[in-house]
Amino acid sequence: MSKIVEGLLYSEDHEWIKVEGNEAYIGVTDHAQHQLGEIVYVELPAVDDELNAGDVFGVIESVKAASDSYLPVSGKIVAVNEDLEDNPGLVNEDPYANWVVKVELSDSSELDKLMDAKQYEEFCNE
Amino acid sequence: MSESRKTALYNMHQKYGGKVVDYAGWALSVQFEGLNPEHENVRTKVGLFDVSHMGEVEIKGNQATECVQYLITNDVEAIVDGQIVYTFMCNENGGVVDDLLAYRYSKDHYLLVINASNIEKDVKWILENTKQFDVEIKNISDDVSQVAIQGPLAQKVLQKVTDTNLDEIEFFHLKRDVNVAGAKCLVSRTGYTGEDGFEIYFDNKDAETIWEALMENGKEEGIKPIGLGARDTLRFEATLPLYGNELSADITPLEAGYGMFVKLKKESDFIGKAALAKQKEEGLKRKIVGFELIGRGIPRHGYEVEVDGKKIGVVTTGYAAPTVKKNIGNALVDIEYTELGTEFDVVIRNKPVKAKVISKRFLSKK
Repeated sequence: MSKIVEGLLYSEDHEWIKVEGNEAYIGVTDHAQHQLGEIVYVELPAVDDELNAGDVFGVIESVKAASDSYLPVSGKIVAVNEDLEDNPGLVNEDPYANWVVKVELSDSSELDKLMDAKQYEEFCNE
Repeated sequence: MSESRKTALYNMHQKYGGKVVDYAGWALSVQFEGLNPEHENVRTKVGLFDVSHMGEVEIKGNQATECVQYLITNDVEAIVDGQIVYTFMCNENGGVVDDLLAYRYSKDHYLLVINASNIEKDVKWILENTKQFDVEIKNISDDVSQVAIQGPLAQKVLQKVTDTNLDEIEFFHLKRDVNVAGAKCLVSRTGYTGEDGFEIYFDNKDAETIWEALMENGKEEGIKPIGLGARDTLRFEATLPLYGNELSADITPLEAGYGMFVKLKKESDFIGKAALAKQKEEGLKRKIVGFELIGRGIPRHGYEVEVDGKKIGVVTTGYAAPTVKKNIGNALVDIEYTELGTEFDVVIRNKPVKAKVISKRFLSKK
């Protein structure tokens, strides 16, 4: 059973969002990393990129395939987790501790469209 | 997925926790425990593969040898009964209809083992092109199951469930009517991983018995079931081509770098011989090379290859290779970029990433 953490928000594309004030950490869920298998490469966006909700912000590659990651909320990338460049397997080890990007939110009302832990659990079980 | 055909080992995929996907119309596991540990297990110990989806065609009769010689690029007159060749069936232009193993039982009897995705096409091709020969051609794919046991400990495990001395079966040789776990099997010392091992063919009804006997008897050696994912990374590291990647109707075996399986000197004619002879004489215009990515990223099948923004080729296979531990690939590129050490760009999501031509012998072992 995949781990789902209380207090985070979740997207239908299996990203998690941890909101801190006007900023948010974003990563991929445990469900997603299980689906992907061993992650061998994470392509990160550039800091200061301004992206809209639904835009591709990164690419997570497993041995078998490359999968796009979609930004669940609009905003400016203020930080990327550079540790993942050298050690992409961290996402497999603990997908919630190893965020991928940190975003400055441009429209916090978009957060309302995301799921909470319970809703996400139901979504994954569908 | 509900439309995918199930092999006789489908229940084993479920039992051993396989992540089942559709592959060439078959429900097969892409992985069990995980791609990297499975890959590693085959390189260091032993792994068991369900390859029942592969096709088998029997060719029998007075002119079986002539018939097979006409269909394939390799030479089955140069081998002895009980031997096997890797070969291609080509079209008139020298493009590859399929790559296959030709098992020689006798000069009157052969078994061709073909790719699952090509069974229908191949059988049609074989029937249409062999009308002039006095032979009986039978597609027995639906009746035959197949497992491959591969890795340095493969023989040790298989020996526990057969009374045939496996030392008697040399590399690329076969033995028929071998008793494996009580079932009558065809056993050959072949495989698709670059490791020692065997491929075992048997009646569908014996599939689960044989699978379970090998899993049970291989416990001590650390046997694991292996999925399609590791099958692909293993074959790629071992420089073995995959139909649809390195080989296709538009790529000749010479361009793919497998000229050694094209016997232009064999006496008998074969389909594509004239075209391949001409290509060899005129020289290749493009060729498949191995490369290593110097920049960051992972090359994938289908990515374009460029030099100074000009397209010079395409990636046929690419991976973060588990044993080699590099991001490597094969690419079909214009001939002037095939020298070892040549640099070109692989276009990864619109971004050119530097790569260097290296030897296709990625795996430096043994």
